[in-house]
Amino acid sequence: MSPVSRGFRGRRRPVADPARLPPGQYLETGFPVLSAGPTPHTPLDQWTFLISGAVDQPVSWTWEELLALPAETPMVDIHCVTKWSKFDTRWRGVSLDTLLEHVDSDAAYVTAWSDGGYTTNLPRADVSDGKAWVAYQYDGEPLHPEHGGPARLLVPHLYFWKSAKWVRGLTFTLDDEPGFWETYGYHNRGDPWLEQRYQGD
Amino acid sequence: MKSLVLAHPEWPGGYRAGQHVDVRLTAEDGYQAQRSYSIASAPEDERLVLTVERLEDGEVSPYLVDELRPGDELELRGPIGGYFAWVQELGGPLVLIAGGSGVVPLRSMLRHWSNTDRSVAVRLVYSVRRLNEVIYHDELLAYGDREGVDVRFVLTREWPDDWPGHRGRIDKALVDEVAGPPEDGSRIYICGPNGFVETAAGWLAEGERDPSRIRTERFGPTG
Repeated sequence: MSPVSRGFRGRRRPVADPARLPPGQYLETGFPVLSAGPTPHTPLDQWTFLISGAVDQPVSWTWEELLALPAETPMVDIHCVTKWSKFDTRWRGVSLDTLLEHVDSDAAYVTAWSDGGYTTNLPRADVSDGKAWVAYQYDGEPLHPEHGGPARLLVPHLYFWKSAKWVRGLTFTLDDEPGFWETYGYHNRGDPWLEQRYQGD
Repeated sequence: MKSLVLAHPEWPGGYRAGQHVDVRLTAEDGYQAQRSYSIASAPEDERLVLTVERLEDGEVSPYLVDELRPGDELELRGPIGGYFAWVQELGGPLVLIAGGSGVVPLRSMLRHWSNTDRSVAVRLVYSVRRLNEVIYHDELLAYGDREGVDVRFVLTREWPDDWPGHRGRIDKALVDEVAGPPEDGSRIYICGPNGFVETAAGWLAEGERDPSRIRTERFGPTG
């Protein structure tokens, strides 16, 4: 039971559709940037997306090959663990279903890894069946490096640290192996609707 | 800016310099708002100190700065984070680059350094618009008087006529000088508004530096 904060009433901004705002979040109209280190800049002619690990045969795509795959344009709400949510963000990218068709694996987990050394772990089920993309456009423009360009993972149903910026590949793992923020005390799965912010939530 | 000095009889502490806590406010009707704030005190300090910048259109910071009174109770959760943290074992040189209120977690690191291993060389660059906006001014200058410590204030908008330090925005030469050559293996912590952090970290990442030694914390528009 939280103590009442004497004199606090809040500045409640009317949210048109409050049912879309997960617990503990507030609506943001800007697009804040949070990164643990410098923004990497990998030349596109050296960029590949690699699916490897516990798979029968690793597979990779160059930048041109990725762009040539069928694209989708999801419009989704995103939720950052630092409490802001942003509605109706428009992306363009390749569904992970399209990429995962090319590998055969019994592994139940994946670790997304990025330029700069960032990693985040996800159950395979959370990146399957239309729930995740490799996104390379935001709001009709190439994805800005600050926001993870040239390409980032987009897994909008989980807190946004799972949507790895500067993503370069997925590694299938048999065991669930905590990624970067997950080893620094953040929740292993990060479902905003269950307010799974930190370990123990 | 205001520093909140908090006794925490039921919270064990045990944080690392650079970490933050979540502050949660609850209205009488149960409405809640929560935000993260960097810890300004050092782990060795008896009281927990949060130094809060009042954001005009914020929801939590105006309450903390304008409304909170001595004796009030505050709900905290933490410590949170852990990558943007410096512990003695990480060694140095310790290089701290602050923009505005981004100095708060870096002050925690300096205090921790002061309380523990002063054999590590420390350099702080702290960019503010004008001299009267420097927080922890006297404390930071006192650190600067010690051997192996270099504290520099950068004034970007206004400066006294006889200002001996850097005038105008930080530049690559200044950041490179403070960071030292890559072979020094400096532990670099950069905190401030996103543009400031992006710029400074970008310059440092251009060299042959191990990116994992450049750690950033960006203050976004969270109120």
